Amino acid sequence: MSPRLTPPVGARDHTYGPAGARVTLVEYGDFECPHCGAAHPIIKQIQSSLGRDVRVAFRHFPMTKSHPHAQHAAEIAEAAAQQGKFWAMHDLLFAHQDALADQDLVGYAETLGIDPALAVSVLADGRFQRRVRDDFASGVRSGVNGTPTFFINGERYDENVSDLLASLMEATIDVPL
Amino acid sequence: MILSPGATAPAFTLKKSPNESVSLSDYRGRPVILVFYPADWSPVCGDELALFNEILAEFQRHDAQVLGISVDSVWCHKAYAEARHLEFPLLADFEPKGDVSRRYGAYRATDGVAERALFVIDGDGIVRWSYLSDISQNPGADGVLAALEELSQPAGAGSAREA
Repeated sequence: MSPRLTPPVGARDHTYGPAGARVTLVEYGDFECPHCGAAHPIIKQIQSSLGRDVRVAFRHFPMTKSHPHAQHAAEIAEAAAQQGKFWAMHDLLFAHQDALADQDLVGYAETLGIDPALAVSVLADGRFQRRVRDDFASGVRSGVNGTPTFFINGERYDENVSDLLASLMEATIDVPL
Repeated sequence: MILSPGATAPAFTLKKSPNESVSLSDYRGRPVILVFYPADWSPVCGDELALFNEILAEFQRHDAQVLGISVDSVWCHKAYAEARHLEFPLLADFEPKGDVSRRYGAYRATDGVAERALFVIDGDGIVRWSYLSDISQNPGADGVLAALEELSQPAGAGSAREA
């Protein structure tokens, strides 16, 4: 029996796709993690293949001791979320994993039309630190043991990421209407 | 077979650096988390130890001490801990090789390395939770945290301990 997602996907989560989708895929990820970067196009592929049958949620799991920019990258994504731009920022960060220093993050905010002064102050005062750590803590309790870790309909997915689409397609068949 | 809950944790003294040793008894009165792992530098271990490193604050809330143990030498541990910014001690079960791992039932004689095994030991030196993982899989920390939370329950609150 695989560990289960705790808490389940709810209002505080960043989700993409309809709430009534047959499958919910949750990723615990770190914007500086190369394995998460490699999984990103696979998730995109899943979204385009499954369309409205899938809802994707992203929770932060920054491995800050090995990835010095991961915490701030997560916080800038939260700042973007406040303006309805979480997924745009999420995509930008994964597209630029090699440039995630604070000044880069402020630049990405500006690209998305977010006031750069606001981005600077968000990183300085750490107002989203708690939000990010709460995600992290939920991951530890849910049995996340590294990044990326995925959950399909609340159950941890322990197979290879490259088989994710096939597993999700199976899950859409299994779920009763 | 690894030691099961209720067993007395075998005492040990191992080097944590070229000049310093630690003993299990140093931590009497506090929970200790023993993380046996096969080898420094191998990829899954790295993930496992990186995870434990990342959540030290959670363990500290329970006043628990994390100790990593493998058969690597102190010099290897030193280089590895520095490279990965590990903030808990790595102990060298090096001479006699694997002796402590054996006493916990966590030695893999066919490969000459420690198994990937976790133990939560209470302040009285009793094993309260243990887990033997598939050697190629990161066992995660959720089981350890659940065990620590149970330890924090007041005595007689229905815990499974039989000393």
